[in-house]
Amino acid sequence: MNRRIWGLIYRHACMYRRSWPRLVEISYWPTLNMLIWGFTSSYIAHAHAGPRALAAGALIGGVLLWEITLRSQMGVTIGFLEEIWSRNLGHLFVSPLRPAELIAALLAVSAIRTLVGLFPATIIAYLLYRYDVFAPGPVMLLFFANLLIMGWWMALGIVSLLFRYGAGAEALAWTLAFGVTPLACVYYPITALPVWLQPLAQALPAEYIFEGMRGALANLPPQWGQLGLATILNLGWMLAATAVFAGEFRRARIRGALISIGE
Amino acid sequence: MQAISVENLVKRYAHTLAVDDISFTLAPGKILGLLGGNGAGKTTTISLLLGLLTPTSGRINVLGHDMARDRFPALARMNFSSPYIALPARLTVLENLQVYGHLYNVPAQKTRIAELAEQFNLTSLLNRAAGELSAGQKTRVALAKSLINKPDLLLLDEPTASLDPDTGDYVRTVLEDYRRDTGAAILLASHNMAEVERLCDEVLMMKTGKIVDRGAPEELITRYGREDMEQVFLHIARSEAINGRSEAI
Repeated sequence: MNRRIWGLIYRHACMYRRSWPRLVEISYWPTLNMLIWGFTSSYIAHAHAGPRALAAGALIGGVLLWEITLRSQMGVTIGFLEEIWSRNLGHLFVSPLRPAELIAALLAVSAIRTLVGLFPATIIAYLLYRYDVFAPGPVMLLFFANLLIMGWWMALGIVSLLFRYGAGAEALAWTLAFGVTPLACVYYPITALPVWLQPLAQALPAEYIFEGMRGALANLPPQWGQLGLATILNLGWMLAATAVFAGEFRRARIRGALISIGE
Repeated sequence: MQAISVENLVKRYAHTLAVDDISFTLAPGKILGLLGGNGAGKTTTISLLLGLLTPTSGRINVLGHDMARDRFPALARMNFSSPYIALPARLTVLENLQVYGHLYNVPAQKTRIAELAEQFNLTSLLNRAAGELSAGQKTRVALAKSLINKPDLLLLDEPTASLDPDTGDYVRTVLEDYRRDTGAAILLASHNMAEVERLCDEVLMMKTGKIVDRGAPEELITRYGREDMEQVFLHIARSEAINGRSEAI
């Protein structure tokens, strides 16, 4: 691994090692969500057999999988905000660390945070609700990867806004992905949305991933076409977000925003 | 090859001309002072040299690299310290130095950190969180970080601003020794005129984005008929710049 990327990952590892509140924060919401929606699903499943039991399983699966996107997005943006909060960005940007390496390190930190953060929720889902997220097989890894990438490109968009608007855009780090949730079709099929909203949902990889997840839970064969479409959309969004990031970074160097980003 | 070569550098914001057509060079092994009151353009000039800012026009060449097109090889051979930029407070001094050792790809990092810890009297602080240190200790850590890659060019913004006289003197000695031992060039922005007189081979006096005068400290003291750089600074700060020289109002 590139040593500069490793240096930044090491910086975050040291920080988490010394801060138990940060460690708790990583898994707090996924675990809490899993408990709330898990009990809700159990209630639905026990009260109603058949299709509604299946819907209950989809609810737990949705909670767990959507947390991947939420956590991966926050992993990147909080990682970047940590540098703003600690007034360390100035040192980083005058080091030989390339912007691409900064992104690579933040993505790696995000992936680790997401895995660690979702581990307790996955165990709870299995032990309390008998929900095995890996039951559909290796196709789930492709769902994971796509949802992780979706969180990453949203995060790059938010970091770009931080370059443009400074720490004033910080609130977006916590809220933007939640705002996308209604369009992600996590808990319902796209047909549940009004017709005029459906094109927006179709532009997001999440719709295809969660449709695939519901199919997998119903023991339907994997919808490779939908998964492929989600992957293509993700790559497109990732390229667009990277271009926006590069543009905002360039403009930040013109405006002097790298020096005053914390204000 | 000059450590720094700046030609006709201009930085303009929407309503402000922060740096107004300045040119200067810094040779290897020399210490150049950048002086001026608040808002004179010193920090903007340093930010431009570090690549934190893109110039509106003009050229910056650092250690043979054009900073507009090829800044990362130059950044690998230079370093920067300022009391206005912090190191992560949760990390220990050792961890901070390790992180920057990785970022600057420092060979034999463990040995280098041990050397710096001894040089800056940090050995007993290595396992303390950076956030728990006093202002003076933090400045010493920041300076140690700035020397981690044995830079050929060191940019320092107020390096002794928060140090007591004894530690400040110690740091100045370290910088003199570093320059002598390595032949590194140092650009120093400071409001401590005694420090400037002691360390700098040449001084650039800046005002409203322009270089209004330049020369060796003793040369400037003689030229303005003053007793020391403090008096020269006050004279220039209270005068109007005309044709690159300053005349008292």
